[in-house]
Amino acid sequence: MSTTETTASGIGPVEGADASVYSVDNPAPLIEPPRKRTKKSPKSTRGNFEMAAWLFMRLSGVVLVVLVIGHLLIQLVLDGGVSKIGFAFVAGRWASPFWQVWDLLMLWLAMLHGANGLRTVINDYAERPNTRLWLKGLLYTATVFTILLGTLVIFTFDPNIR
Amino acid sequence: MATPVMEKSDKAPEPGFADSPYITVTFRVRRFNPEVSAEATWEDFQLEIDPKERVLDALHKIKWDLDGSLTFRRSCAHGICGSDAMRINGTNRLACKTLIKDISPEKPITVEPIKGLTVLKDLVVDMEPFFQAYRDVMPFLITKDTNEPTRERLQSAEDRERFDDTTKCILCAACTSSCPVFWNDGQYFGPAAIVNAHRFIFDSRDEAGEQRLEILNDRDGVWRCRTTFNCTDACPRGIEVTKAIAEVKRALITRRF
Repeated sequence: MSTTETTASGIGPVEGADASVYSVDNPAPLIEPPRKRTKKSPKSTRGNFEMAAWLFMRLSGVVLVVLVIGHLLIQLVLDGGVSKIGFAFVAGRWASPFWQVWDLLMLWLAMLHGANGLRTVINDYAERPNTRLWLKGLLYTATVFTILLGTLVIFTFDPNIR
Repeated sequence: MATPVMEKSDKAPEPGFADSPYITVTFRVRRFNPEVSAEATWEDFQLEIDPKERVLDALHKIKWDLDGSLTFRRSCAHGICGSDAMRINGTNRLACKTLIKDISPEKPITVEPIKGLTVLKDLVVDMEPFFQAYRDVMPFLITKDTNEPTRERLQSAEDRERFDDTTKCILCAACTSSCPVFWNDGQYFGPAAIVNAHRFIFDSRDEAGEQRLEILNDRDGVWRCRTTFNCTDACPRGIEVTKAIAEVKRALITRRF
């Protein structure tokens, strides 16, 4: 380390500041490194979860490309486009197990993919543990609610409802 | 590559240019002295300097001729010891490998400490968390055979080539302190630690690859990498850091499945 030119007080003159506050008897406060890994910092106990999450993002992403583009084509482009969508159209599609599985898969993969992505965003950007806890709590609640509601609708959909 | 290189110019040098090689350059240095103020401030220094000099020479000029209280690390001054990584014009570089003419000296050149580590004074940061992550990956040869070998451990040229890129690391922390994931909470191992783990994981003579992979499989290990390539851009040795991290990820996946 290249050290400073020390004067008698050990502190070089700095303009516009009062250097007399600290002395040998009253030393400047020690700067605690905020990120030092100590025995107290949490050790990972999550096994392969992060790897599984990382791998899931890649694989679900690939599958979602097919599912979502197919979905958009059918719903918005082919055969009359968006104007054809109505209760009857949805009822007709969900009469077939193929489209039920397609939509179910899309729902689960998209929700988990998005939730996992937001989880990493929260991990990266939320700095206080409490903020993380609340944001993740909100995220997981919303995800579970949407997945359960969607699944329920796909399986219990009644075309004759009135 | 992080360090700018001289651009080839077919223009003839302007007349009068050869009279004096010196130009006036403003250096805007981030100053911090905890014994005086809790706030860091910018301080401008004007220098007459040859643009073919390096930023480190300018810092020396400031320290030796203008303000002896300016504090920074440097040791070899030739891009090998890794002491003088700093944020110059917003990019992590080695001050001793950055020529002034390559970083638009007509505008003020900003010099700051590297980000994500505690600033102790001016351009000096506390490197301890960085070295802690380095130590955590056990950057030394580990063999199961505890007896001292009677001859050297032989290795083929191909096996040596496998990890050649990551042997170049000088631990300057330019990569780790350019990583946005590290900036956030500093618990992420950081590119430099992963590069040095890579150097042993892919070394055919080393036998603790599995242990090192397990360490990097941590919540704050390789999976926190967001492949932003900041580390590859920042590396003054031109190591393909993000590629090394990706190879560790791949090794983690392929050893399981």
